[in-house]
Amino acid sequence: MTTAVVTGLGVAAPNGLGHERFWSATLRGESGIGPVRRFDASRYPSRLAGEVPEFDPDEHLPKRLIPQTDRMTQLALAAADWALTDAGVQPGTYDTEQMGVSTAGASGGLEFGQRELDNLWGKGPQHVSVYMSFAWFYAVNSGQISIRHAMRGPAGVFVGDQAGGLDAVAQARRNIRKGLRLVMSGGADSSLCPYGWVSRMSGTQLSTRDDPNRAYLPFDVDAHGHVPGEGGAILVVEDADSARSRGARAYGEIAGYGASFDAAPRHGGQPGLRRAAEVALADAGLEPADIGVVFADGSGSTEQDGVEAATITSVFGAGAVPVTVPKTMTGRMNSGGAPVDLACALLALRDGVIPPTINVRTVDPAYEIDLVTGTPRRWKPKAALVLARGTGGFNSAMVLRAAG
Amino acid sequence: MRQITLHRLQSIMRECAGENEDAQPLADAANRTFEELGYDSLALLETQSRIHREFGVALPDEAVVTSSTPQAIVDHVNGLVNAR
Repeated sequence: MTTAVVTGLGVAAPNGLGHERFWSATLRGESGIGPVRRFDASRYPSRLAGEVPEFDPDEHLPKRLIPQTDRMTQLALAAADWALTDAGVQPGTYDTEQMGVSTAGASGGLEFGQRELDNLWGKGPQHVSVYMSFAWFYAVNSGQISIRHAMRGPAGVFVGDQAGGLDAVAQARRNIRKGLRLVMSGGADSSLCPYGWVSRMSGTQLSTRDDPNRAYLPFDVDAHGHVPGEGGAILVVEDADSARSRGARAYGEIAGYGASFDAAPRHGGQPGLRRAAEVALADAGLEPADIGVVFADGSGSTEQDGVEAATITSVFGAGAVPVTVPKTMTGRMNSGGAPVDLACALLALRDGVIPPTINVRTVDPAYEIDLVTGTPRRWKPKAALVLARGTGGFNSAMVLRAAG
Repeated sequence: MRQITLHRLQSIMRECAGENEDAQPLADAANRTFEELGYDSLALLETQSRIHREFGVALPDEAVVTSSTPQAIVDHVNGLVNAR
């Protein structure tokens, strides 16, 4: 069957812009989490976020695009540019119809949306930007990437919170198998505004701590919810034969994918994360022993951490595989989180080093997982498993391995 | 009665739709089409709405098309302002 490989990385994360800066900061254990600055969060119960402070859209985008884009789109467009540069793809490398876009979006552009809704109610309909007609849509990042790079093949969006970031890349692989040569994929979110903040408060367990080093501690005995982050990653997913024939380097292959859905709590039933992981392994044709690292979802809430730890030990055995959560340096970036984990996994394959989970001091011994804490760990690169869960019951898993 | 100038039109468009592609002063591009300047129909729709708010005149939709030019818009707005 056609193989889909990743040939370009574009990362816009709270601890680094561009995949090399992000990766070196991640290996040094540098956190991008701090007090919220994009709006006044002082009177909310949660006041920390992973923001991308040094990102100035004027430096990265044509001025025409700025009034019509939410910050999440600005981040996605910049990441897409970097990914294409990294992949060495130029206009004309492929026909426009042979290229598509598949991104994830968890909330749409709520900062833009809130501003224009304020205009609507405060000043009247004449004061609402015409770009409200699309700028806050879930699908807008796919649309803007498609327009900017003249990619006229299939484009779409997946909405599944964190899990959507893997679902979108799985769709990219599906479309490569159907004959596309290249698909831009991944996701980026922001929505660091009151509207986005209260939406998160209602749906997930946000940490209410003010110490950036003690707020987001997945799998720790002191776990206390999570810190939100903005940003994400866009990957160039390419047909392996096409990439090889143009002499492109491949970071790795998208080897397997699985997804499942949890029933609402009132219906009971087993958590589906294990099924997603097992389906992804089977899809890749791999055994658990072939996996050398798990990038965990790392919810940071005690119940969800317990489910994930039980999933990992039931599939791999107690303490049998290194587990890591580099998101402890960025916060949970909604649709951007899992694509950044994919980038981490590919760079871990490249460099033979597993990035650390920071700030976690005492892994709950009941979890029986081998969490890579504090500093990076050398490994002999095998395949990597990335797990992602989304609010509402989404579970997704993806297996990456070195390109053959 | 306040009239619109090419300079003011440029400020409005810069604010609501972004700088034109070559960042050229509209005074030097008064007779180039909006399409040539890189503005699409939505950018013009937004411009039409801003002009309405600021100058109190409603340009008809058929006047606000990408084949039109900055000078044509300025003349049309000022014609409507003068006719009031």
